[in-house]
Order: sequence, then C-alpha cells, then structure tokens
Amino acid sequence: MYLDELKLGQSAVIEELCDQLAAIKLLEMGCLPGEEVLMKLKAPFNDPIAIEIDGNLISLRKAEARRIRVKLIAK
Amino acid sequence: MTEKIKIALIGNPNTGKTSLFNALTGLRQKTGNFPGITIEKKTGYIDLNKNLIAEITDLPGTYSLFARTADEAIPLEILLNDNHPQHPELVVYIADATNLKRNLILLTQIIDLKFPVILVLNMIDQAEAQGVKIDLAKLEENLGIPVVATNARKKTGLPKLLSLMATHQKPSTLSFFGKHLNEVEHIQAETHSPVRFKDALHYYKSKNKTLFQKYGQEAPDIADYDSGVLQREDLLYRHKKTKAILDEIIHKGTLMGFKKRQDRLDKILTHKFWGYVIFLAILFLIFQSIFDWAAYPMKLIENTFSWLANSARAVLPPGILSHLICDGILAGLSGVLVFIPQIAFLFFFITVLEDTGYLARVAFLMDRIMRKFGMNGKSVVPLISGTACAVPAILATRSIEGYKARLITIMVTPLMSCSARLPVFILLIGIAIPSKMVFGLLNMQGLALMAMYLLGFFAALGGAMVFNAVLKPNKKQYFILELPVYRFPNWRNIVHTVIKKVQTFISQAGKIIVAISIVLWFLASYGPGNRFENIDKKYASSINYGSPEQKKAIEIQVRTEKLENSYAGEAGKLIEPIIRPLGYDWKIGIAIITSFAAREVFVGTMSTLYGLEGQDPNFSQLKTNMQKAKYANGASVYSFATAISLLLFYVFAMQCMSTLAVTYRETMSWKWTMIQLFYMSGLAYIASLIAYQLLK
Repeated sequence: MYLDELKLGQSAVIEELCDQLAAIKLLEMGCLPGEEVLMKLKAPFNDPIAIEIDGNLISLRKAEARRIRVKLIAK
Repeated sequence: MTEKIKIALIGNPNTGKTSLFNALTGLRQKTGNFPGITIEKKTGYIDLNKNLIAEITDLPGTYSLFARTADEAIPLEILLNDNHPQHPELVVYIADATNLKRNLILLTQIIDLKFPVILVLNMIDQAEAQGVKIDLAKLEENLGIPVVATNARKKTGLPKLLSLMATHQKPSTLSFFGKHLNEVEHIQAETHSPVRFKDALHYYKSKNKTLFQKYGQEAPDIADYDSGVLQREDLLYRHKKTKAILDEIIHKGTLMGFKKRQDRLDKILTHKFWGYVIFLAILFLIFQSIFDWAAYPMKLIENTFSWLANSARAVLPPGILSHLICDGILAGLSGVLVFIPQIAFLFFFITVLEDTGYLARVAFLMDRIMRKFGMNGKSVVPLISGTACAVPAILATRSIEGYKARLITIMVTPLMSCSARLPVFILLIGIAIPSKMVFGLLNMQGLALMAMYLLGFFAALGGAMVFNAVLKPNKKQYFILELPVYRFPNWRNIVHTVIKKVQTFISQAGKIIVAISIVLWFLASYGPGNRFENIDKKYASSINYGSPEQKKAIEIQVRTEKLENSYAGEAGKLIEPIIRPLGYDWKIGIAIITSFAAREVFVGTMSTLYGLEGQDPNFSQLKTNMQKAKYANGASVYSFATAISLLLFYVFAMQCMSTLAVTYRETMSWKWTMIQLFYMSGLAYIASLIAYQLLK
C-alpha cells in the first residue's frame, strides 16, 4: 500500500521511496525506509496531507505520497 | 590592526538561525542580493575582541548540500568556491536541540568539507522542557567539534559562542560520508588529502574532468549523481551514522502535554471548514490594518513633506533649484516614504504568522487551489497583500520556494487591484455609473467597484495560467514542506525584521522611484522653446490685478496652459492618435503619462487639467467639471464608453513605477520587468479598445 491510502490516525512503516528525485528531499527531512509514519492531517480532497515522522510534521502532496510504499501497522 | 574573519551561519530551516543572527549582530547588518540571483544575502558584523571582527553571513536554511533550487544552491556554491567573497573560514552550524537527529545530516556534510565548525544547539531549554537530555561532552567527542548550547531568544550561551568564534580553527578529524559518493577516493588516496567529499561535490557540480585526467583515471558517471542515486546513498549512510551517535548520547523523554497542545491547534487551524474561516478572519485583520490604520501615518508623512516643501519654497530663492527640490525631489521622496506604514504593517503580520508557524499551515490549506495556476500554497499571502499594495506584496514572495512559482506570483500580483487604484476607480465610476439602488439595497456604484476588484483578481489567476503554460517547468515541482511546531512570536526578532524590510525598501526601490519622479517632474514642468515664457508674458499684466479669486483663477489658468505646453503635454498630444481608439483625448493622454509614476496621480493631474487645485482634489467639483467637458462637435469627452474604457485601463495597466522597481529588484532581470510592463499595458490597451469600440 502507499502512503496516501492511510486514514487519519493510522501508522505505517516506510518500505520504499519510489520517486528517485523526491527521495532526496524526503531523506533529508527524515523520511527513510524503516521509519514509522503517522497520518496526521488531510487538507480538503485529501491533498496535500501531513504526516508525523520522528516528532516532525511534514506536508506533502498526494502525488508525492502516492510514490511512497508503506506497510500498515495493525493496531 | 584589526583582522577580519569570515563566518557562515548554516542550518536547517526553522532552527532559529535568523534569531541567532540578529542576536549576534544587532543592527550591524547589510542586506543585498547574492550576485545574479534573487535570494537575499544577509551579512552582519560583530567585534570578537579588540583585534578581530567577524563578518557573519546568514545563509538560506537548507536540509542538505544536495541542491535542487536556487536557494539551496547558495550554501553549496559558497562552501565549494574558495574564491567566493563569502567563502567562510569558520562555519557556525545551528541545530534545533529538540530535533537533533535530522539536523545532524547537513552538519556531517559540512564537517566532511573540512571546515572548522562550531555546533550551536539552539532552543536547549525547550528540549529540556520536553524531557530531552543531551550529553554535550559526548556529542563533542563523537563529532570532533565544539558544541555550545544556546537559547537565541534569551541570548544564553552567546558569550561562550563568541569566544569560540575567536579561537576555534581546527576542522574535525572525523568523517561521515558514504563511500558511494566518494568515487574520487582512489585518486585522493595517493595524495592523502583530507578533502575528498568536497572534491566529489566539486566534480559533480562542475562536471570538470581534469581532476581525473591528471591521474590518468576515468571520471565516474555524472548520471548516477544527476539521477540522485549517489545522493540517496550518501544520505542513508549519514542517517545510519548519526543514529548510532545519537542513540548513545540522547535521552528522549515523553512530552505528552506539549504534543497534545500542538495537535489541538492543528486540528482547529487546518480544519476543513474552520481553518479557512480563521484564515479569512486573519486576512481581514491584515487588510484593515493596511487600508485603515496605515492611512493615519501615511497622511502624516504626506503632510510632513508638503510642509517641508512649503518651508523650502519660502527659504530658497525662486527658480529652478527651488522648483527641483520642492516639486521634484521632495515630491519623489514623499512618494517613496508614504509606502512605509503599509510595508511595516504587512511585514509585521507576515513575520508574526511565519514566526508562530501559522504561515506553513496556510500554505498547506491553500496549496491545492494555487497549484492549478502554477503557483503553490505560499503564493496566497503575496496575492492577497497585492490588494493593498503590490510593493510589499512582491517583497513578500521571498518565502515562496521554487523559482517558477515565485516568478509567476511576482508577475501577476500587480493585477490585484491595489489601494492606489481606489481613488481612480471612485472618480471614474462616479462619472460613468449612476448612484442608483438595485434590488432596493445594493448601490450600483458599489457593485461596479466590486466588479473592478473581481476583474483584477480573475485577471491575476488567468495571467498565472498563461505564465504557467508558457514557462518551461524547471525540473519537477515538489511541495514537501515542514510544518514547524507552534511557538510564541519572538517580538524582538519581529521588530528587527520589520525595520530591516523598510530599510531595504527605501534604499533599493527608493532610488529608482526618486529618479523617475524627477524625470516626470521635469517633463511636466518644462516645455519646448520659449512657450512657458510666452504664457508668463501673456498673463503678466493681468495677474497682479483683480480680487484674490480672480488672481487665483488666473494662476490656475497659467498652470493649466503650462501643463498643456509642457513636454508631458506634448507627449499627450503625441500619443493621442494611439489612444484615440480607446476614446481618450490628449488631456487623458497627459494623465496617463504622469500617472505612470503612480496611479493615484491620475486624479491630481485631472484636477490640474480641469482647473482645480492640484493638492487637494475636490471630488464632486472635479467630477462635475469632467462631465461638462465637450469635444468641439459638442459630444461629451467622458461618455459612458470612455469612462468604462478608462476604468478597464486602470484595472490592467502597469501604471506604477514603484512596482516595476521592486519587480526588478526581486527578479534581478530587466527582461521580466519589461515583460510585466508590456503584458499588463498590452492587456489594458486591448481591453479598453474592445470596450470602447463596443460601447460607443
């Protein structure tokens, strides 16, 4: 599944950053494979979204979230 | 003999870098642009001891040295290029102590460039309040550099930082780069040089193969770097290394209370409905301040200048010098300084919104709408500020990341109807539209005024779409944005920023505005040949006789005739054939030319042309006089068609040299300044032409 599919309040572990160039920016901001993310905010039409990772809130567009493969953490 | 040491201030965005810079240098700062690009360069000075002065450059915040945008390219360029005037001898790296993990990525890159580095752990008290404990001695040991804990807002830790700045010279002996980026390693192994990461970045940035040819080696593949493979590997490697360091020395506590408050604020401020309502309410407050509250200090500035001009006129001997100083230079200066209250108010609000972390939420809320027009969430504030005045609005585009989005925002912001258009609109609507009520409660003139504002707004969006389609997309656009934690504004920092913005505006845009004012003054005050003398002669006998009213009438007659015969009047007649199809006569031509300085000059010029005092336009009298104006054949000059055509002209035309000056300053490009001038004026001409030809 991909990051944009998470519902508010759901957590997941990042598995792969599929967009090669966006990956650099994401890595700089601490989004790396193995890290846990929490879906925190969604703007109208679910775009952009904001995720929490390592205590930081990061906003990204839906298209960018679509290129981040994650594994849902079952609660 | 005083020596100078060059120091660069580097760090991630939102780490309090600018607060520290302000705390260190106070008002001993210079702002300018980095050569050739539009990013603001801030340099400040501080005496470290009797013989040593530090020149500190505040570099734009960035997350790593792998640059993709113009802003991010600056630190890279300055650090790699030994000949760059800002190339530092020492780097002061600011890290947010509450968020050390991510902050260390860029730090290790800079350590690998082999600069002497001092790590400043800012907001240490907040980290402690959140239960984060950091073993500073161990951190120093693991990074090989000195560490200072500070709170830039409260100025703690600064003395220690200053003494380190004066003495620290040794680069760290440790290195943190991933082997993969270090393709040049095998060459450097022969020379035992310690600057391998720097060489690698150099090579990939300049694509200069001589380094490898010198050693008879084949250069590594640039494509691997350009596609981001090497950067990603480097970043992953650094994450692994810094994680290992931090696990040892950081103790993370729980911070439930703090987090809960933050979450609650976000729930409200980014709410799908209330988020927008709150944003609108804040906008309304900003508007109110710019339209209403700023009006008082603006009036004060104008009055001060007219008092100054009158006093100077009384003191100076009459003649060209007095004329130039009073009507040219002082009027020009007044035209610049009158913007200060609006700029100060706007930047006060923007800085507060930015400082508290709210502006990032606005960008989050508005991004999807703005994206359709080639802009992004951060374009909202400048566009809306443009309805007050395009000058501070364009200065506010600085916060927009991405050159294209920023350029589009700059180009279309002046289409938003600014407050200077208001007097023009009111005058012309008063002539064209009857003050009748429709549906019992809506005034037609009010509706017309609103229509003008809406027209400007939609023109701005349409213009953005066109620019978006025409401009080459510069790489892929991302909108990955940190939403920083909410903080209380740092008032000292805000006052500082407002003062700096005002100073920058006066020194940069001011020069151009004053210069053009003087030129326009000359054109309106002098005429070809001895026409002016002839006018003076013509009235010389009658001006000294008669009642005060008669004298005054003659003075006005003289002024009107002089304006007609001035170079500006000549120009009005010269452009008459061009503006005739829009329904304008040469008098309107003069007003268009003089109001190129600023739109509101239109009303003043009309007052002069229609025999009223220039200083204090009496609207209703002026309106009546204009409505009475007739062509030789008896037709009204200000017919409905002409008035509508003029209205449209002032909605679209770039009649504001202050805006042009600021556009030039912000884009550093005459090309884009000229494109802005011509596309807006072209749009104005075509719209007015169509309107007049259809309505006449």
